[in-house]
Amino acid sequence: MTDVSHTTTQRRAIPDQLGTSLSRVLTSWEVLLLGVAVAIFIANSFASPYFLNAWNLSDATFNFTEKAMIAFAMAMLIIAGEIDLSVAAIIALASTAMGAAAAAGVDTPGLVAIGTGTGLACGAFNGLLVSALRLPSIVVTIGTMSLFRGISYIVLGDKAYGGYPDSFAYFGQGYLFWVFSFEFGLFLLFAALFAILLHATNFGRRVFVIGNNEFAARFSGIPVERVKFILFLLTGLMSGIAAVCLTSRLGSTRPSIAQGWELEIVTMVVLGGVSILGGAGTIAGVVIAAFVMGLVTFGLGLLNVPGIVMSIFVGLLLIVTIALPILARRIREASRS
Amino acid sequence: MKQLLKNRELLLTGIIILMIAGFSTRAAGFAAPNNLVNIFNDTSILIILALAQMTVILTKSIDLSVAANLAFTGMAVAMTNAAYPDLPLAVLILMAVSIGAFLGSINGFLVWILQIPPIVVTLGTLTIYRGMAFVLSGGGWVNAHQMTPTFLNVPRTLLLGLPVLSWVAISVVLMMWFVLSRTPFGRSAYASGGNPTAAVYAGIDIGRARFFAFVLSGAMAGLCGYLWVSRYAVAYVDIANGFELDSVAACVIGGISIAGGIGSVAGAVLGALFLGVIKNALPVIGISPFAQMAISGVVIVLAVVFNARAERKKGRIILRNRGASEVKA
Repeated sequence: MTDVSHTTTQRRAIPDQLGTSLSRVLTSWEVLLLGVAVAIFIANSFASPYFLNAWNLSDATFNFTEKAMIAFAMAMLIIAGEIDLSVAAIIALASTAMGAAAAAGVDTPGLVAIGTGTGLACGAFNGLLVSALRLPSIVVTIGTMSLFRGISYIVLGDKAYGGYPDSFAYFGQGYLFWVFSFEFGLFLLFAALFAILLHATNFGRRVFVIGNNEFAARFSGIPVERVKFILFLLTGLMSGIAAVCLTSRLGSTRPSIAQGWELEIVTMVVLGGVSILGGAGTIAGVVIAAFVMGLVTFGLGLLNVPGIVMSIFVGLLLIVTIALPILARRIREASRS
Repeated sequence: MKQLLKNRELLLTGIIILMIAGFSTRAAGFAAPNNLVNIFNDTSILIILALAQMTVILTKSIDLSVAANLAFTGMAVAMTNAAYPDLPLAVLILMAVSIGAFLGSINGFLVWILQIPPIVVTLGTLTIYRGMAFVLSGGGWVNAHQMTPTFLNVPRTLLLGLPVLSWVAISVVLMMWFVLSRTPFGRSAYASGGNPTAAVYAGIDIGRARFFAFVLSGAMAGLCGYLWVSRYAVAYVDIANGFELDSVAACVIGGISIAGGIGSVAGAVLGALFLGVIKNALPVIGISPFAQMAISGVVIVLAVVFNARAERKKGRIILRNRGASEVKA
């Protein structure tokens, strides 16, 4: 019978007294996750002699930079109480559009514009369905996920686009200096931009308010629909940018490109401490989660563990990291009473 | 007439009949009884999975792990059959249902006891179960020649003009109709999705209802594991990849509300048949099978728009801005 109070108020429980700021920082999700990341790093460097090598580590960043770029926008969307499962399908469609344009002789700047433009258009389509027609985003984006990737399949079938211009390769294969890739730089830049947008602007506060209490947000005069539309637009844009990087890195486009990424991106966001129920989360958490996932997959890869077995670890990581704090809280409460 | 149009099941039946009639003008014989039986048989597995998904969705949850569950169970059953050809089929089917139910109970346990949101739990177990299928098989295939004839032939055997596979689907439909509309569990599933707070005050344990919904969904996915492997006569890690979305699509098309508490068994069955008819019609009318994914995407989006209009409760959201209310009108 206590179930209702549990699900409706427990989640937003406000403690009578806040702990000291130091103890709050030390017990925060981000610090915990950072500990996990360091532990994995140390374990990896003992497990494989090839791990501690600047170039190897630089290669490892490609495992997560593209996904993380989308994860930043997805984190804001999830904080606002929505979700976008069509991100990987947007990558497929944007990549197909770029492939078709490259085949027609469009040069690099045009390709980038087409890739990001397709992403924006797809995001706008999702956003319109969710905010103007007020549809639940989880089913809408399951539908558009089929639709976007389906268009790629209609265009490409079992064929592939290749033959991108040489200068296009820079986005996915270029290096800024020494071992720091262009993609890694882009990842850091977007991490900073999204952190500012979410934590230091009016818009970011609105996102949190909508996620915590959409009803109250409306009463406070927040244009809920417009904010959600912009968030879908942002997610589409980031998917388009990720499509540019990924296509440039692979140098070819198949309709199955980035298959299953939506689940990995959501995993990254949730692992980063963003509440799947909305209303709570930080970009810093997502950044650390990206490193954790990148390190895990890279470390296991060095140990010759096949990709699908790695996915077991990613799945376990997702469930365990969410279950552990809940269990810890239970035990604390039980010992107190 | 308006009342009739509002009845989702009748409307959907009408659309399916119109589609079949339309396709048969392009390809004579599409509406022949023989072909319709084939379509139904071809859609049987999707029907069962749609009912599994529906049970979970009714309780305001979602089970994204059904296809991975199917792949793992199918692999386990096929490998057992290959290793011990003497085991009777009944034991293997029982094994498939039990493994499926066990995997479902893991989902249910995490949702009930730890109160982790279902979408997160099943997103995690989706990758874990499929990964386990790989670990189990070492990435290998179980091919037709390794399976016993009984294992392969039973679902194909004709019984009163229909293959056993179709009869299994029909029995599951009847069973689910009974379970959801005539048992305490069924009523509590509807109640805990329709209005969780009221359900708790009525003495219903929501967590328990969700747990059993996941177990039931898992058991049906396990049964589909055997049916799938037997029907396609091959088991490998990637079978039914992405099929969880088809099951959600069938539910959405069938008018089952993703917010829980609304939906009927007939709706889920018709939603699955709708997708089945389209899938079978594409090659017949000369559209590339590659177009199927985009078409189901369009259908899902349209169905969601349609559902939302039917379900919208007036006065729930106050302080609408002018733009939004104009869109609604």
